[in-house]
Amino acid sequence: MNLRGALIWVALALAIAVPILAAAQSPLLQWRDPIYIIAGFSGIIGLALMLVQPLLISGVLRGVRTRRVHVWLGVGLLSAVIVHVVGLWITSPPDVVDALLFRSPTPFSVWGVMAMWAVFVAALLAAFRKRVGLRIWRVGHSTAVAVVITGTVVHAWLIQGAMETVTKGALCFMVFGAGVWVLRQRQAWRVLFNKKNAKQLL
Amino acid sequence: MVILNPTRRTIISSGGAALIVGASGLTTPALAQAIAPTPTMRGGANNYRAGAPVVDKIGNGGFWTTGTVRRAGDGAPLAGRRIQVWAHTTEGHERDEGSHGATLTDADGMFRIEMPQIVPAFGQPHGHLAYDADYNEDGFETVFLRALMASATDTSLQVEFVLRPV
Repeated sequence: MNLRGALIWVALALAIAVPILAAAQSPLLQWRDPIYIIAGFSGIIGLALMLVQPLLISGVLRGVRTRRVHVWLGVGLLSAVIVHVVGLWITSPPDVVDALLFRSPTPFSVWGVMAMWAVFVAALLAAFRKRVGLRIWRVGHSTAVAVVITGTVVHAWLIQGAMETVTKGALCFMVFGAGVWVLRQRQAWRVLFNKKNAKQLL
Repeated sequence: MVILNPTRRTIISSGGAALIVGASGLTTPALAQAIAPTPTMRGGANNYRAGAPVVDKIGNGGFWTTGTVRRAGDGAPLAGRRIQVWAHTTEGHERDEGSHGATLTDADGMFRIEMPQIVPAFGQPHGHLAYDADYNEDGFETVFLRALMASATDTSLQVEFVLRPV
């Protein structure tokens, strides 16, 4: 790994660590039960993983088996979402039931629930990608991921929670930017228009 | 004698005008003076504890939730109405029994209850209030509110109830 490669890893580590450490300083935490804190940080970790995932696919991260790590971090993201929802449900069941039924008064809930379902779809497609075929896998995973990123960024941005505003904004901006960049780079939608290309992309 | 001989244009324009007037609600009688009842808010009843006791203050106090209770229509103040207040505060979660307390309105329909500082929970700084018909007499409909604080640093919350007679 050259200097540039190492610097990218350092920058990525900082991009993730700074918002998490800032959130860990939040005064709100002192008035929350452990399960609520775990649920909240699960959400923050999920958001942070959404920065790593596209970068692993883009090719800028060197020195690891990027596809393999992408799979494992995908499992991690899925787990983070589940811990987030279950932890919040334990903290206040009616609020989570309202959110899941799309009748919550908070404007960010619908974005979060939408992103949750999209994470499930993206993970299911990954699990059955050999069975669903190349076109559905590529277009489906990219579409689901686009919904995940949009939903999560809006969800996180609208919440008044443990995350510090500036570091939250920066992380949201990077997650969105990395997502758009890699989705454009991959151009999964090409397989919809050109069968010949689809084979080459495999 | 007026002879009506409408063209297609007059029929369409007058018909359209009639539709617009009807749909816009301009034909309903003027209700400007009538005070509309407060609707129950989405999520208002979340973590409610029916029958929470009337208390002087919730926990160690420091934050004031105040408001009025009036009758829909004429806006007459309603005395002796029991209002329950609960929230996520510096002293506990919304679900905790100690986070709940009730108070009664005075002769002017005003209520005032001291409680610990409300802190943002589930993404917004908010308090819950309830007027529960089961714990009040003289028939007004139950209303559950989820009032948002303009800022998380506010040290008070003002809430208006306008109750609909059953």
